[in-house]
Amino acid sequence: MELDMDAASLSNGMGVENELHVLAVDDSLIDRRLVEKLLINSSFKVTTAENGLRALEFLGLGEEDQKNNLKTTGSKVNLIITDYCMPGMTGYDLLKKIKESNALKEVPVVIVSSENIPTRINKCLEEGAQQFMLKPLKQSDVKKLRCQLMT
Amino acid sequence: MDVVQLKKQLGDYTRSLFNEGFLDDQFNQLQQLQDESNPEFVAEVVSLFFQDSQRLVNELAKDLEQQSVDFKKVDAHVHQLKGSSSSIGAQRVQKACISFRNYCDEQNIEGCLKCLQQLKNEYSLVKNKLETLFKLEQQLLEAGG
Repeated sequence: MELDMDAASLSNGMGVENELHVLAVDDSLIDRRLVEKLLINSSFKVTTAENGLRALEFLGLGEEDQKNNLKTTGSKVNLIITDYCMPGMTGYDLLKKIKESNALKEVPVVIVSSENIPTRINKCLEEGAQQFMLKPLKQSDVKKLRCQLMT
Repeated sequence: MDVVQLKKQLGDYTRSLFNEGFLDDQFNQLQQLQDESNPEFVAEVVSLFFQDSQRLVNELAKDLEQQSVDFKKVDAHVHQLKGSSSSIGAQRVQKACISFRNYCDEQNIEGCLKCLQQLKNEYSLVKNKLETLFKLEQQLLEAGG
């Protein structure tokens, strides 16, 4: 399983009290690198995943977990940021799976996209996305997110 | 050249890249993300962009050579390139991608081929410009700036 995990997230999850952990999902390596830096600069702990399946595995909703009927043993995250346009499972599909999960439905999900398509935005918001943001994200966007999460 | 002159040269060059539309504000955003913990951040991301673009341009050439062109595939590749060029602020490449997608929608092979050529040109130009920019930055650093 190839997730980009920093050393801290490999430890046993006893993070710093105020540390917020974000899972960022994007099929573009450049965009993963960018969002990771933006988040780190805003003092988030970051894990990135290159597609929806890997994201679900990290969250404990992977196929194996479902088959074995395990309670989620996934890592705790405070926020999920996902690109909308991804091959295979789109950000919208991922959002649905998260909202269908009792363990994870309370985790805010932010959808990002390079395209400003109102029907797409509404669809995501109706499915329970916390917010829809346009790419490329700026530092100010991420700072705002942090403020929203802290309240 | 001394530090003052090198600094001016770098400033002038950078400004010209923005004025000529090669780069847009997103590139500024990248530079602002760079700090002591990640002093090579811009170079790293730009390098990823070069690799990714080269790969995508090659894929597009292959896509358009097919007997029966799969425009969905072409569009998907152009979309990726549009995304990455937008992420680093390579404005002219991004604009070329937008034109390209229009021809995809029309399933116009001639148009697509022309756009691919334009894309290759723009990519080549911005690559040269950025490499020059990094060289000037390096010169300034070495001169103590």
